[in-house]
Amino acid sequence: MSTLWLGTRKGLFALRADARRQSWTLAGPQFLGHIIHHVVQDPREPRTVLMAAKTGHLGPTVFRSGDRGRTWREAAQPPAFRPAAVGAEARAVERVFWLTPGHTAEPGLWYAGSSPAGLFRSKDGGERWEPVAGFNDHPMRSKWVLNGTPDGEFLHSILVDPRDPRHLYIGISIGGVFESTDGGGEWTPLNEGVAADFLPDPSVPFGHDPHCVVQHAARPDRLYQQNHCGIYRLDRPGRRWERIGAAMPKKIGDIGFPIVLHPADSDTAWVLPMDGQTVWPRTSVGGKPAVYRTRDAGRSWQRLDRGLPRAHAWFTVLRQAMCADGHARTGLYFGTTGGDVWASTNAGDSWRCLARHLPEIYSVTHAS
Amino acid sequence: MSCTVRIASPLQSYTAGAARVDGRGDTLAEVLGDLEQRFPGIRFRMIDEQGRIRPHMRLFVNTDEARDLTAAVHGGDTVHVICALSGG
Repeated sequence: MSTLWLGTRKGLFALRADARRQSWTLAGPQFLGHIIHHVVQDPREPRTVLMAAKTGHLGPTVFRSGDRGRTWREAAQPPAFRPAAVGAEARAVERVFWLTPGHTAEPGLWYAGSSPAGLFRSKDGGERWEPVAGFNDHPMRSKWVLNGTPDGEFLHSILVDPRDPRHLYIGISIGGVFESTDGGGEWTPLNEGVAADFLPDPSVPFGHDPHCVVQHAARPDRLYQQNHCGIYRLDRPGRRWERIGAAMPKKIGDIGFPIVLHPADSDTAWVLPMDGQTVWPRTSVGGKPAVYRTRDAGRSWQRLDRGLPRAHAWFTVLRQAMCADGHARTGLYFGTTGGDVWASTNAGDSWRCLARHLPEIYSVTHAS
Repeated sequence: MSCTVRIASPLQSYTAGAARVDGRGDTLAEVLGDLEQRFPGIRFRMIDEQGRIRPHMRLFVNTDEARDLTAAVHGGDTVHVICALSGG
């Protein structure tokens, strides 16, 4: 059984298929009218699913399901910043943007990222959330995070090292990638080699715009990121990112939101480029969407567009809206801002549309 | 003081569908605290963690809009919770 959770601007949907992944059934909406930013199954307890939600009127919150999404219950204490001291910046969570389950050795632990950029932790399966003071109150935070972008800045891509629960990475748009080796107490920027063309000084140690950062589960020293300024790979303990997007075709460029890794092969990744020229349309390049795959860690890229629209498909695929499954023949899935869901069950070689006319899709995640 | 609180439809999932509930308190802060006791979670959807009314919420005591939670509430008053949003 495969499930795709679809978080949209107008509610929660699910696509479900049998093990062959041939016939998909659309279910929903649940929470019609709610803005769903992220829906994530707990790999440690697969019956548990968490969902980051708000509505146009109401404040942000987290809903929890203990029965694979059949019923949901709101967190008793949603992510929130601490009340500000007099004279201090009074931050309020505008949206919960990202959810990440904690380490396998820490059942019930979850992380959440917010806009404005904040990091939160729950130790009880998402029922009660506490701010991670080591980041939220870090004396450098106000310099690391570029406040005031029109749609707010986001904390996303919370990565937990599968070898060490105290080793964390986060991405901030706009702010950069940051690393903690003590469970979130202290943080250091990790942006060397990454372009920041939009800044007065592109060589700064932070202030970058990672759109999506991923860590290979089987090779945790390997990180990739799709950045506002290109596609990068970093092999730790190195600290300098390599711009592997330089090998993309020049007329396509290496700008996009998502990047997805093969679950077993750390040399294989997929991106979905968008137009980042002039005024940044952020649509598929030339209206001809294509996924690009590397099988050699970014030294070369292959265009994959069989089955995708040949022209006049001007959609965008957001950073949480593309994922892979764990099948032997890797399934890939993405949802568009136009409300369509596309799937490949052969690692991207060919594509077909699973659903059309849904609301703007913010998140596509696979659940077993 | 006892008052009446009119609940906008986006919040009625907290009040078991009730559009009008009883409230108690001498200020909006107290009335909302009373609501939170009986309808857990409802306050945070209206009021952020710094005690500010959220951007798309409006609170009225009778016909007077309250800019913060210090507004006085008297016996027999009606507190209106209004949701204001434009666009699609």
